[in-house]
Amino acid sequence: MTTTAQAPAARGASPAAARGAGTDNKVKRREGWNRRGPLLPALVFAIIVTQLPFLFTLYYSLQSWNLVRPGSRQFVGFANYIEVFKDSVFRGAALNTIWITGGCVLISLLIGLALALLLDRPFPGRGLARTMLITPFLVMPVAGALLWKTTMFDPTFGIVNFVLTPIGLGDTDWLSSYPLAAIIIALVWQWTPFMMLLLLAGLQSQDRSSLEAAAVDGAGPMQTFRSITLPHMRRYIELSVLLGAIYIVNTFDHIYMMTSGGPGTASANLPFYIYQRAFLGFDVGQAAAMGVVVVVGTIIVATLALRLIFTSFTEETS
Amino acid sequence: MSTPASTTTKQPSTPSEPTSAPSRKRGGSAGGTAFTVLTWALALIFFFPVFWMALTGFKNEADAYTETPRLFFAPTLTQFQNVLDEATPFAVNSLVATTASTILVVLLALPAAYALSIRPVKKTQDVLFFFISTKMLPLVAVIVPLYVIVGQIGALDNIWVMIVLYTAMNLPIAVWMMRSFLQEIPGEVLEAAEMDGAGLVKVWRHVMIPITAPGIAATALICVIFAWNEFFFAVNLTASASSTVPVYLVGFIASQGLYFAQLSAAATLASLPVVIAGWIAQKQLVRGLSMGAIK
Repeated sequence: MTTTAQAPAARGASPAAARGAGTDNKVKRREGWNRRGPLLPALVFAIIVTQLPFLFTLYYSLQSWNLVRPGSRQFVGFANYIEVFKDSVFRGAALNTIWITGGCVLISLLIGLALALLLDRPFPGRGLARTMLITPFLVMPVAGALLWKTTMFDPTFGIVNFVLTPIGLGDTDWLSSYPLAAIIIALVWQWTPFMMLLLLAGLQSQDRSSLEAAAVDGAGPMQTFRSITLPHMRRYIELSVLLGAIYIVNTFDHIYMMTSGGPGTASANLPFYIYQRAFLGFDVGQAAAMGVVVVVGTIIVATLALRLIFTSFTEETS
Repeated sequence: MSTPASTTTKQPSTPSEPTSAPSRKRGGSAGGTAFTVLTWALALIFFFPVFWMALTGFKNEADAYTETPRLFFAPTLTQFQNVLDEATPFAVNSLVATTASTILVVLLALPAAYALSIRPVKKTQDVLFFFISTKMLPLVAVIVPLYVIVGQIGALDNIWVMIVLYTAMNLPIAVWMMRSFLQEIPGEVLEAAEMDGAGLVKVWRHVMIPITAPGIAATALICVIFAWNEFFFAVNLTASASSTVPVYLVGFIASQGLYFAQLSAAATLASLPVVIAGWIAQKQLVRGLSMGAIK
């Protein structure tokens, strides 16, 4: 980890610092501020805009406060948290979040890997096929969700049921009968290209000569894949899973547009349920407490994930 | 990847191994053709909803609502015209929020990335860790106080709030990305410039900016994509005056009427800028999406 910091540090040591080394503390301190100065605006901005509101979230989470009942605001300690843990809808939403994130990451990773392998070989129209395959990721998520809800999943006029009619499934109302599956399908469509792009970059960074050497040595394609390609791809797969999960766990657009968390709360995930409590129920205290619980959960998962991303970067830059 | 052998290997292989050579790179075999057909089939399936969106946008509503989907019809520009009439204020807001936040992000991230790569501060790793961790915090955790605070200062439905939030949203990505670009500048180049007595401003104008221009462009592209598509803040913190394009699209789920053609036209126009930008900059896309980790 320290190697990344030291390598540029050595080359960045300016002549000024070298001259004043060990003689003048003031020069050293000024040098320190010269280094820190450019960093400060971004750092201060990020702290104010992202950390300060979270402190307020912590503060609000200890209060009973409903925006539609003015004057109801009072300090209630951890009562909101107890309510959150007793709330079965919250647990359902947490479970849905796991299903949506896990399902979507896994499926799009597998399809993405298959597509990356297919694209990593020359064939006619490869550039065009690649361009077509990344397009779903570039479509505005709200627009994509709107399309899947209407022109794709509409029970009467949608393409999905038109295609499924010959096998007798043409009458399914996907969004009310299988809301989670419908959301996952729309999300997989959107995120598979993301996985594919990252994994394809990994495949193309393979050392071609070692692949050819393996072939000369008589290794079959499966064997080459397992003993050379897969180990090389490990960090690309890890990175894709991590980054995909960061984005997909926050999914809001698709649920808002496609099902509004329904029927009932069947397809609400945590972001959507907290949104409902805050902006439809106006329950600031409860929503804040849920937010805090989600953050704690995320920190636990993210700490593990961050260690991973740092290993990737250190390997890359060293 | 079991492609049949197109060339035979001289070396005898152990019995358990299949005796095949890598036709992987060569193609031309029956297996290669099958893979090509499969790839194209998948590409067409994934692209189909986009194609259908664009196509439906050219229909009139009667052609959009048929039990058997209609591939051939008399195309019309009515839907696109209607959408353009309605959505222009939203598009202007999106444009302002996207452009202003992207400029702000670059102005903040470039010096920060410099401090984290060329002349690293102590605790560089901690600072990088902090930036990326802000990206991992769920947005729902801050939306409640943001709504209350923004409401108290009377800034609900104000485009500046969007600009500030989009800047904060994209700043970590930009810092990480630009750092990865700046690290590629050979140290000798900067040392040589400094030896020649070039001041900081000169070094930036004549060395840093020209070298990092492609990196800055790639970073800006990613910021534009995320800001243009952002929905969560926009739907919660704007009402009408500063609503952006994704909020305009919400109108179509509220209405129960028959609007497939018009909503397809709207979805097409809303997605068009990012789709085109992404097509042009496919390579930079990978680097941006991995926050600079993959080159």
